[in-house]
Amino acid sequence: MNREAVSISPDDGPQEGGPWLGAAARFAGPAELLAAAQRMNQAGFRRWDCHSPFPIHGLERAMGVRPTILPWLVFAAGLTGALVALLLQWWTNAVAYPFLISGKPLFSLPANIPVIFELTVLFAALTAFFGALLLNGLPRFIQPGTTAASFASVTSDGFFVTVQASDPLFDPARTAAFLRELGAVEVELCPLPKGAAEIPRGVYWALAVIAVSALLPPLFIARARNHTLEAPQEQPRIHIIKDMDFQPKLKTQRISTFFPDRLGMRPPVPGTLPFDPNPAPAIDRGRFETGREGDQFVTEFPIPVDAALMQRGRERYNVFCATCHGLTGEGGMYEGMTARRARARGETLWFPPAALTSQSVREQPVGKIFDTITHGVVREGRHSMPPYAVQIPPRDRWAIILYMLALQRARAPSPDDFGAASRTAASSPTSAPTSPEETRAAEGGTGESSAESSAAPMQGIQS
Amino acid sequence: MSATTVSLEDNTFTDPRRRAPLVLGSADFATVTDRVAGLVERPRPPLGWYIGFAAAVVWMLVFFGLVGYLFLTGVGVWGNNSPVFWGFPIVNFVFWVGIGHAGTLISAILFLFRQHWRTSINRFAEAMTVFAVVCAGLFPAIHVGRVWLVYWLFPYPNPMGMWPNFRSPLLWDVFAVSTYATVSVLFWYLGMIPDLATLRDRAVTPLRRLLYGLFALGWTGSARHWHVYERAYLFLAALATPLVLSVHSVVSFDFAVSQVPGWHTTIFPPYFVAGAIFSGFAMVVTLMVPARAFFGLKELVTIRHLDNMNKIILATGCMVGYAYAVEFFTAWYSGSRYELFAFVNRALGPYAWAYWTMVACNVVIPQLLWFKYFRTTPWAMWIIAVLVNVGMWFERFVIIITSLTRDYLPSSWGMFMPTWVDLCMLAGSFGLFFTLFLLFCRYLPMVAMAEVKGVLPQAKVHHHAEHEASAAPVGHDVATAPAHGV
Repeated sequence: MNREAVSISPDDGPQEGGPWLGAAARFAGPAELLAAAQRMNQAGFRRWDCHSPFPIHGLERAMGVRPTILPWLVFAAGLTGALVALLLQWWTNAVAYPFLISGKPLFSLPANIPVIFELTVLFAALTAFFGALLLNGLPRFIQPGTTAASFASVTSDGFFVTVQASDPLFDPARTAAFLRELGAVEVELCPLPKGAAEIPRGVYWALAVIAVSALLPPLFIARARNHTLEAPQEQPRIHIIKDMDFQPKLKTQRISTFFPDRLGMRPPVPGTLPFDPNPAPAIDRGRFETGREGDQFVTEFPIPVDAALMQRGRERYNVFCATCHGLTGEGGMYEGMTARRARARGETLWFPPAALTSQSVREQPVGKIFDTITHGVVREGRHSMPPYAVQIPPRDRWAIILYMLALQRARAPSPDDFGAASRTAASSPTSAPTSPEETRAAEGGTGESSAESSAAPMQGIQS
Repeated sequence: MSATTVSLEDNTFTDPRRRAPLVLGSADFATVTDRVAGLVERPRPPLGWYIGFAAAVVWMLVFFGLVGYLFLTGVGVWGNNSPVFWGFPIVNFVFWVGIGHAGTLISAILFLFRQHWRTSINRFAEAMTVFAVVCAGLFPAIHVGRVWLVYWLFPYPNPMGMWPNFRSPLLWDVFAVSTYATVSVLFWYLGMIPDLATLRDRAVTPLRRLLYGLFALGWTGSARHWHVYERAYLFLAALATPLVLSVHSVVSFDFAVSQVPGWHTTIFPPYFVAGAIFSGFAMVVTLMVPARAFFGLKELVTIRHLDNMNKIILATGCMVGYAYAVEFFTAWYSGSRYELFAFVNRALGPYAWAYWTMVACNVVIPQLLWFKYFRTTPWAMWIIAVLVNVGMWFERFVIIITSLTRDYLPSSWGMFMPTWVDLCMLAGSFGLFFTLFLLFCRYLPMVAMAEVKGVLPQAKVHHHAEHEASAAPVGHDVATAPAHGV
């Protein structure tokens, strides 16, 4: 299309042809361009421009270009960045997901300054870059004046004034003459480019289709990952990378290609003896493993109880039970971390754990408690407490129950638990021990009573 | 334009009566274009380019092959193990981030100070910044172990209901390095738009015309566009200047905010920034000396440019040497036996060889740059610059390895030995860097043509404007630049 541009000599009369895109005039150097720009501005042209391979300082003032609003945009973007960073850090670390680190305040400005600074710079820089493009109307691949033959030199050593045909003062012949009068080395009238120079409309449609279809994969991913009560996901998540969820190890009940009998679960080698330092005494397996006698819950322990079993129960209780029921089993404000967090997060599927020291639990037979640990609690069709049969073997379940009874006794002791001295103090509260002898006696009494209370659950069991 | 037909003269001598020319040879606007664009338009580059590119690509493939090996096998392929969990990946990360800083310094800080000599080398240095940040960003990303979850670094709403800890310097690092990478790319690209338009207008094949045309965004050198463009460039420079200082400060917080002896000092931010500029300028010299010889850019990138850069290397090298000395003083003055031990251990412990390599390369050898001979002789400065790069890599090695191998508890002490994967990944990151760099040299304008034209004597409008009767009032505004010796 460059070939179509018409070069005019000074002798030419009124130009034939058109319609015109505009006119382009080449000048010898930056100084000439600056002088011409001054005259063009004074002559009252509106839709015109100067072009040069490098910025010429003062040219925009000679042209009467008003200062750009870019500084204000950049300033606003910088402020926005600072505010966004501040709110992001405050909301995420102090509100949505409180991060308690070494007892420091949840929201402390000094630690937030680096990120505030970085986002200020990021927002301002992105605005400076894209704002400059936007204010310049770029990218724009077909521009007035660019069809002139010599215009390609504008990015090397050419200095041009272009006038658009849409300028009210534009007239092919007179504008060309005026440009020549300004000292132009060369003046060209540029015809409108033929349709071929336009980007075909189909390209825009194709780009739009590509852009929309590019949104589909993330939408599908978002849909597949979204799991709510209203729209639960039936299938497990697709694991693109297996992490440690799927390990190349042999599990029980799986087929082994290694062993001839193809059993993944290996039987013990012939002659294997069971190893147990404390061989279990002969016990009633039915009562021991179900907590039932016929269709009745047992009320007494099926195994002998002792201090070692109590210690084991305490340890197992703290591992498995305390996370929900709390270390004291009292529930309420003493409930465990899991329960507290569920409450804090407002979990809708969460049932608060039962208070193990409450009257209703205290009245349950031990077999019933054993059954609860074994099978969990089902409420409204869901496990509000999961079954622990897999995690806790029967002996440990009985140990936990033993420790639970101790917790209940500690919460609601009977007067018998306090020994003789305490009983005396309780019966006559006004006569506090005054002499050293009496105090020692009271202490001795307390010592007795603690020994007694540790033995007390066993009494209760035997009865 | 006879005024500038100076032969390849010595422009390192400062004569107060006459400003030394920034560009030598018979430079006018067209020759600058021809010289720089001609490099890109050659049908085929010199043989040396092919050899260098082949070597770089091989090492780049080694790097990515090892990354694949790492993913499939796990981080055990590295020498990282208790007590040194950071090891080579973090040493390389800090090294490459530091390299990048000189590019931003040249393009932004020297721009703000109106140091016109930067125009010949800023594009080159900015490209180096971008490629160094690419190398730097890869190392912490692969160091996280399960790299497919690396997006967990960024705060985004997720079904786990969790957010990152904004009081951790490691998270500040995520923001600092990603902001730095973004702004560096924007700055580099914005500066390149007018030059891409030059390549578009000179393109002879339709493909080149299309590709350069797409990236030139329709730039026509319009004065209205230049007006906004220059403001945007100024803002990016003004934003990049504090940014570049912040980035290495934040990197140093990764160390200084912890309590490991040898890391927990307030001198770290300025010390790291000075070291970064030091290593970055050394890298610019390392790349520029061969490039200007191979690509015939000796008239645009003159000995004076190299001289100036060597002065900055000398200055920052002295700052780094001062920091090494002050660290010992601080350790002694703190009265903390752990701090004191950390530094005695650096100088005399099992890694003393690394420490003294660092001191020799970073403090002793740059002192040669006090002599003008070393500042103006390309081969001599090249050797010094390469040694400075070696020294600065060892600085990061010393800081990370010596402090982690021996901290508070002697029972937890250990030694660090890199594996072959560590060493090949370090070499491979150079392969990646040079691959990108040689592609840049081949397909993009190596020198900012529009900016160099702007500092040519012909670009000044005042003494042409004087005899113009119209004598636009604007002529006085731009007449502040001193007359050149024409």
